[in-house]
Amino acid sequence: MPARTKTLSGLDIAHRIEQQFPGAVEEAVPEFAAIVPEKLIEVLTHLRDDDELNFKFLSSLTAVDRLEWFEVAYHLESFKLNQTTAVKVRSYDRENPKVPSVVGVWQGAHLQEREAYDLMGIYFEGHPDMRRLFLWDGFQGFPLRKDFLNMPGGLMPGLERFPGEAGIELSGRGTQ
Amino acid sequence: MTIKSEPFVVNIGPQHPSTHGVFRLRLTLDGEKIIDADMVMGYLHRSMEKLAEERTYTQNIPFTDRTDYLSAMTGNLAYVMAVEKLMKVEVPERALWLRTIMAELQRIASHAMAVGIFANDCGAWQTPVMHMFRDREKILDLFEMACGARLTLNYMRIGGVSKDIPAEWMPQARRLLAELPDRFAEYEDLLLNNEIIIARSRGIGTLTPEQATAYSVSGPMLRASGVAWDVRKADPYGAYDKVDFDIAVGTNGDVYDRFVVRLAEMRQSLRILLQALDMIPAGPVHARLGTATVQPWGQAVAPLAYRPPVGEAYARIESPRGELGYYIVSDGGPAPFRFHIRSPSFINLTPLKLMSVGMTVADAIVILGSVDIVVGEVDR
Repeated sequence: MPARTKTLSGLDIAHRIEQQFPGAVEEAVPEFAAIVPEKLIEVLTHLRDDDELNFKFLSSLTAVDRLEWFEVAYHLESFKLNQTTAVKVRSYDRENPKVPSVVGVWQGAHLQEREAYDLMGIYFEGHPDMRRLFLWDGFQGFPLRKDFLNMPGGLMPGLERFPGEAGIELSGRGTQ
Repeated sequence: MTIKSEPFVVNIGPQHPSTHGVFRLRLTLDGEKIIDADMVMGYLHRSMEKLAEERTYTQNIPFTDRTDYLSAMTGNLAYVMAVEKLMKVEVPERALWLRTIMAELQRIASHAMAVGIFANDCGAWQTPVMHMFRDREKILDLFEMACGARLTLNYMRIGGVSKDIPAEWMPQARRLLAELPDRFAEYEDLLLNNEIIIARSRGIGTLTPEQATAYSVSGPMLRASGVAWDVRKADPYGAYDKVDFDIAVGTNGDVYDRFVVRLAEMRQSLRILLQALDMIPAGPVHARLGTATVQPWGQAVAPLAYRPPVGEAYARIESPRGELGYYIVSDGGPAPFRFHIRSPSFINLTPLKLMSVGMTVADAIVILGSVDIVVGEVDR
């Protein structure tokens, strides 16, 4: 194991991805590489399984509201090679943002994707159990979105249903 | 004659001593055997990530105390490291050493709680916890001397620490460190070969190294599964590259090994502290950052608000519970555009179902105890 963690820059990782999957990289800057959603799963599986990359550990998964688009950031680590990198995927649909779920690649994404769905409202397609995590079923809106307090009807606090209670659709979109 | 049986749902929590806070575990049982486990969390959700978007970078430091309230120093440290990475700040040498010392004292205090409460979960009601509290109290006294608080410390600052330790701190710390080896020997003697603890925890909640890695498990849980990964060694921050210590590793990945790894880590922290108290240099404890204005209470050491450049940073450290990461996105304003906490307590719960299905209800209690969650950090 090398003595200090090496950070693969977004440009470096984008170059390696492009060699294997032409057209898979949407944007590359030193901090991260953004991948198109259609090729996300195969690219991330490659990052996990390739011997020179070996990103077996999903350190962090989180969502950011960039106003024009939503993005999900993946921070990856390799124990064997002691290196890290960051990749992202974007969704330009502000109403119903959707990205593919990576639970099939790293099971560690399970709760983190539920958290991102609960607080940012990004639907992860293919997640085995996509429902709210911290907030209760029937909660209106997604608090971490930048327009949360400007939503139609404004802020509506109050416990409407107990979490997991029967008789309510588990879509998390509430009654709006 | 056949006896008809059907699955039975048992709620453990939200108010239950074994859940270590307000956390609810819904177990579906077939007799005594668990066939499904579901977690219901959010009872302590304060939406810190949203609140932080409306506060300056310095004002957010107290939030980091209140995530993992048993280990506030490491929460502070991970956050200020992320902001320093964003702002490209050089931290003075003495501040790096002070951070290392405080983080290791905090690790002993936090592991003492983890081990004591785990013994509680195994049925050794309160006696081990009180033993552990004896040592933890003395560490909290040291924190009180350094920064005035015992639990929510707010000690680290962007660019250093809030103030230098007083002159009487070092002798008191040395007295404590001289006492600790005997105490640790006592705990190891009492708990390590304790028949009840072994019976309750050997072979329970096992995770293989592959499973632990795939489920993003970190900290003592990952090391108990035999993966020698410690951010302090792999990516040394603070002064960890200048001190000698070993990574405590388990072999079986069961509940017992997690407990053994935590006890071994307390010894390693002591080893780091003994070196650090001798090696700490003199000097300033806060970097000069921008123009600090004169406040009614005197000359301030740092500006009231920072405006880091546009960009993002992810910094991670080894907290007592695992890999604690802060992800900060800046839009150039005085408050973070996005503030995300990668909390180890929360992510270490991911394999809970995997570990508990097939076990009994009594095992579920010790499995949850071995994860060592702090609900403030799970819910944030």
